[in-house]
Amino acid sequence: MYRYDEFDARFVAERTEQFRFQVQRRLNGELTEDQFKPLRLMNGLYLQLHAYMLRIAVPYGTLSARQLRKLAEIARKYDKGYGHFTTRQNMQFNWPKLKDVPDILAELATVEMHCIQTSGNCIRNVTADHFAGAAADEIEDPRPVAELIRQWSSLHPEFSFLPRKFKIAVIAAPHDRAALRYHDAAVEIVKNDEGRTGYRVWVGGGMGRTPYLAYVVGDFVEKPDLLGFLEAIMRVYNENGRRDNIFKARIKILAHSIGEDEMRERVLREFQEIKTSGYLQVPDEERARIAAYFAPPDFERLTDEALPTDGDLGRWIVNNVTPHKQPGYAVATISLKPIGGVPGDISADQLDAVAQLMDDFGLTEIRASHEQNLVLPHVRQKDLPAVFARLQVLGLATPNAGLITDIICCPGLDYCDLANARSIPVAQEIAKRFADLDRQEDIGELKIKMSGCINACGHHHAGHIGILGVDKKGVEYYQLLLGGSAAEDASIGEIMGPGFGEHEIADAVERVVDVYLKLRRPGERFLDTYRRLGMEPFKNVAYGEQLHAAH
Amino acid sequence: MPQLLTANRLIDGRVLYWRGGGWVENLDEAEGFTDAAVADTALAAAKEFVARNLVVNPYLFEVKDGRPVKEREIIRAAGPSVRTDLGKQAKYGSTGTTSPAAPERDDDVSI
Amino acid sequence: MLIKNNLPAEDTYVTVADDAPLPDGAVVVSLKRFRAERSDLLARNQKLGIVLDSDQSPEALGSDLDRLSLVVLEFPKFRDGRPFSWARILRTRLKFTGEIRARGDFLYDQIAFLKRVGVDAFELPPSITPELFARALTEMTNVYQPSADGRTTIVAMR
Repeated sequence: MYRYDEFDARFVAERTEQFRFQVQRRLNGELTEDQFKPLRLMNGLYLQLHAYMLRIAVPYGTLSARQLRKLAEIARKYDKGYGHFTTRQNMQFNWPKLKDVPDILAELATVEMHCIQTSGNCIRNVTADHFAGAAADEIEDPRPVAELIRQWSSLHPEFSFLPRKFKIAVIAAPHDRAALRYHDAAVEIVKNDEGRTGYRVWVGGGMGRTPYLAYVVGDFVEKPDLLGFLEAIMRVYNENGRRDNIFKARIKILAHSIGEDEMRERVLREFQEIKTSGYLQVPDEERARIAAYFAPPDFERLTDEALPTDGDLGRWIVNNVTPHKQPGYAVATISLKPIGGVPGDISADQLDAVAQLMDDFGLTEIRASHEQNLVLPHVRQKDLPAVFARLQVLGLATPNAGLITDIICCPGLDYCDLANARSIPVAQEIAKRFADLDRQEDIGELKIKMSGCINACGHHHAGHIGILGVDKKGVEYYQLLLGGSAAEDASIGEIMGPGFGEHEIADAVERVVDVYLKLRRPGERFLDTYRRLGMEPFKNVAYGEQLHAAH
Repeated sequence: MPQLLTANRLIDGRVLYWRGGGWVENLDEAEGFTDAAVADTALAAAKEFVARNLVVNPYLFEVKDGRPVKEREIIRAAGPSVRTDLGKQAKYGSTGTTSPAAPERDDDVSI
Repeated sequence: MLIKNNLPAEDTYVTVADDAPLPDGAVVVSLKRFRAERSDLLARNQKLGIVLDSDQSPEALGSDLDRLSLVVLEFPKFRDGRPFSWARILRTRLKFTGEIRARGDFLYDQIAFLKRVGVDAFELPPSITPELFARALTEMTNVYQPSADGRTTIVAMR
């Protein structure tokens, strides 16, 4: 994985001291809250319902055992013994004190971590395919590109006060595991007809109040041109994005109000201007230097094993283990969705134990996925039984990756200042309903995604089944959406109709799933059946007895 | 409906409630306002604490029988409903009751 | 206080309201007034500056830019980041070599960014002393991306 050189290390250390000075000025009154807020957000610090919340960047989701141990240490020393993995591959702590945050940042810097641009109206932490470097279907590892963008966007002097936040994802495989089309901009590594590798660049996706899917603005951007091309996009956005209405300030609104052709033209015109006046071309050597850090580990020469498919181990392998590009290796997903648990939460003890597991099995890195799970990208197949046994002891062996209980869920009103309704208890209730593994496996791939407010941190628009918490006069209600997808077949879920009460929503989900089981054709996922039949058969059953009740 | 006055403490973000010209952490100890004019006077006084960089975002909210009307305020007063071992509920017990659970370790910073 | 090229400086320009008579000497006018009285203003043969509001791109100035010695970038709110792009365009694309001055609601924490995109003069609020201004420029030693300041990037130093 990427290692800081002296420049990176100094940059992060100085950024920490810069923030320390900002906190000092806030505490002694030289900065008002109004002035301090965007500054603290640019360093990932929110003020939530109960306390501050600190969001730590995990660039493209990659972590070492040493970093896990530092996160565990911070969780114990400065927080309440646990952390939360988010839908953007970051980690959040829910209880830090403002006065301690500079010290936390200093501790993070010792393991090459930081909170730079994990919030604020700037270019956010860059995400990537969590199977990068291991997936059998990738063209190349997307993380060197993500790292290049991370460095270029860090304290960008021109693009740190954008109309609104700006999220970028990078993938390099036909199977999209990073929700590419829901990003403000995305880079897809592709091969052209001549077999040359370059970038397809997307723009204008997003969730929130007005969901849109991104479209292509650059069909094939040459490798040295990437940052220049991104600069063109950023400048068009910085100049033209709306600043009069926070709900219309994302690039998706600009991109879809002026339309695809106009957006393309503006970006290309800007890119031409940038080219004329001289621009940042990334030299081959620099790309090679960064790529070298992501060289695959020294794989042993192994052959594929016959893996068990029954018993507890077999079920975990069937559901949580994915083929690796290297014979004899596997990709293992560690579910952070135990039945009845808080999706994405992990205790300090578990963080330490996973670090120990990595050391014991020679695993140098682990990934955080946007689905709020962890991924061990390079496990020897012969080690799978022992890894599984260890995870079982840690309560981390739930065999539900990709199944109905593997729910993406934002913190909701239990923690979040923006939330309208709680989301975690609803996710827990649904998971309990479907806890039976036979039933989950029978249902197959079904992605439930749940947000406690319209901002959609829980990706409800992109769920096969999406749930959105809303507030009606101080009481929680839940809207059901069907038919969303964040994968290569991306689509935006449709709202079914009136919302459900806190005690009705799990019933509604169950009825919808039952009707799918009745109506599906062989091999059809829930999403496929929905796309074939539309909303009606699901809506007809979802409301049950409450169909005509007033909501 | 009676109102309470709340804010977050600047230095650590913790939830505070107004009582007698100052702040307490436990909603059960907060001062209830039945007179809107009195509530507004308290809010104005609370803004002095904002100016002194001690609290942020003071505001009034409604309670009924000593319990917040809105779910948001119930959760702010207690802690995460999915982690009853954390937050004020662990320190003071559930809102509206008098039997505190075992206090969690928390070296809260007072103003 | 005016800081120019990192040092306290005397402000030799007078900013004139749109409906006020022009005093003798160097003046700064709005883009609107410049457009309305362009030939008169240029005929004065005095130093001339214009103010760009945050929604006014310098690209519209065209070749008139050569006749200007100062462009003032107005920050209506510090969160409005458009002037950062205007400065960058003025320096990098339009090759403007005159003074670019930041005015209005900008923060201490934005000074280093402003300097990087090509701003070389700052109308500082009383809360930012010259000492603080100098400190702002020393917080971050190195930079990752090229901008209008010609600084050697980390990529180039490696």
